[in-house]
Amino acid sequence: MSTTLPNRWLRARSWLPQRLKLQRLSEQFALAAVGIAAFLLCWHLVAGQIHTSLGSFPGPLQVAEQWSGLVAEHRQEKAREAAFFERQHQRHAAALAEDPTAELVLRPYRGRPTFFHQIQTSLLTVLAGFVLASAIAIPTGMVIGLSNRLYAASNPLIQLFKPVSPLAWLPLITILVSALYQSEDPWFSRSFVVSVLTVTLCSLWPTLLNTIVGVNSVSSDLNNVSKVLRLNWWTHLRRIVLPSAIPHIFTGLRLSLGIAWMVLIAAEMLAQNPGLGKFVWDEFQNGSSDSLSRICVAVLVIGLIGLLLDRLMLLLQSKLSWDKTAVLR
Amino acid sequence: MQKPHLELSQLGIEFPGANGPFIALQQVDLQIARGEFISLIGHSGCGKSTVLNLVAGLLQATTGGVLLNNKEVNAPGPERAVVFQNHSLLPWLTVYQNVELAVKQVFRGQKRKAEMRDWIEHNLALVQMQHASDRRPAEISGGMKQRVGIARALAMQPEVLLMDEPFGALDALTRAHLQDSLMEIQARLNNTVIMITHDVDEAVLLSDRIVMMTNGPAATIGEVLPITLPRPRNRIELADCATYNHYRHQVLSFLYEKQRKIEPLPSQAALKPAPGVKRA
Repeated sequence: MSTTLPNRWLRARSWLPQRLKLQRLSEQFALAAVGIAAFLLCWHLVAGQIHTSLGSFPGPLQVAEQWSGLVAEHRQEKAREAAFFERQHQRHAAALAEDPTAELVLRPYRGRPTFFHQIQTSLLTVLAGFVLASAIAIPTGMVIGLSNRLYAASNPLIQLFKPVSPLAWLPLITILVSALYQSEDPWFSRSFVVSVLTVTLCSLWPTLLNTIVGVNSVSSDLNNVSKVLRLNWWTHLRRIVLPSAIPHIFTGLRLSLGIAWMVLIAAEMLAQNPGLGKFVWDEFQNGSSDSLSRICVAVLVIGLIGLLLDRLMLLLQSKLSWDKTAVLR
Repeated sequence: MQKPHLELSQLGIEFPGANGPFIALQQVDLQIARGEFISLIGHSGCGKSTVLNLVAGLLQATTGGVLLNNKEVNAPGPERAVVFQNHSLLPWLTVYQNVELAVKQVFRGQKRKAEMRDWIEHNLALVQMQHASDRRPAEISGGMKQRVGIARALAMQPEVLLMDEPFGALDALTRAHLQDSLMEIQARLNNTVIMITHDVDEAVLLSDRIVMMTNGPAATIGEVLPITLPRPRNRIELADCATYNHYRHQVLSFLYEKQRKIEPLPSQAALKPAPGVKRA
């Protein structure tokens, strides 16, 4: 959440000489390193004590080992894919040498998706869902925020649907998509559409609510300026309302993106849609001695990606928002 | 007889309240000539801002009305530019863009691009702010913001300039400085000005007439005091001027004898100097 802190905080910071700033920064890094080291140590000590049906709970070392295992698997798979196409090309070249008019079909490679393929799928899905949610929530929020009556009419619905868990939406969406999304040559696979729609439905609320609040909180003085200047509806929206709401909208977008990522993993797990969630579920069902370590890798990667997505959003906010005094954390 | 430039006629307004309508203002009659500088003074809550908002068109009168050049005013418009108490600049626009927004809106189709730019720069120069035209409101001081607010209002080339305690939030030195600037600009452009103030010195120094309002509810004009001090006026010379001090005395006696707020003051607060008596 971004909060507005007094200006003097920022000013006081810029007073600090360069050397002091550097010192503070390195201190921060040192403390973060200490925190991480302590966590790894505790994990290591505790993990050895826990015995499960799949052997003892993996410590950091086993997890790191599995990480390299997953990387190696991915490399192997890529090598296999390259070899597959290489063989096809050779066959095609031979066929062309025999008969120059031969009709050739390049067959796609159908290998098992690796961990990294699943990451790609998940990222693509979450971005599609998030963009769709924003494209719905921001304009809708602006329209609702501008009219008190519309707000009164829609607020109960928003409050009703906001807390619905993705797990409850999922069966409905799956059924609806298989009923309505039927085409001979679909652009997207059905599972992708289901995941995207689930993410959209669950993640649009924070952006919607924050946009409404932002539009509603345009100061009455600025509204009066707009009236004195006789700005028309569109200019008023573009020059006064939208910029006023931008900091709120960004707060909403950040919350939405976080929710979108969490929801996606759950949806993939439950619906067996391709992605990181499916990876976790498959490993859980697999129940081999490596499974727990692999799930730990997935957990860490999911956290890391969530963190990176949030940072990305912050970067976007600091580039696009006029309100540079909002402390971004 | 020549028709007045701006006329407030039988002006009154009621607001719906819990126990029936609340009469905020009634029977406000005032005729203002072109180029006149009017101050509205009175205790808090007496409806000064309501009068200003009625002239601006931001509020609608229940009875009577406002006539500008003999035409009734019932909606806001740039010919009655408002300088707001807390500057009301758009924080996401630079100083230049803030004035530009007003100029583009008012002179669309009348001025060419280069003319608009000259006009914006001219108005920023009037308030001595051209050096900060690329800064945002958050990066300049309160006094500078208020200057830009004035420049934005002047750039609309208004017939009437409405100022709602324009210097109320500023420190005494900055306020004195801006008062001098305002006097100079007004002498040059001959704008009609209605200014709300709490500051007795400010009112006497700047005005052609001081309109003193009675306490609400049902507030109205109590007395109108014409100030005939010659212009240009110099605050230092006036500090010893008997006429000036006589005017001050009249305003003070209206505010603190005739229209004393009836609320009993705690004994401690009574010892402190009353607000509005501080020297500019």
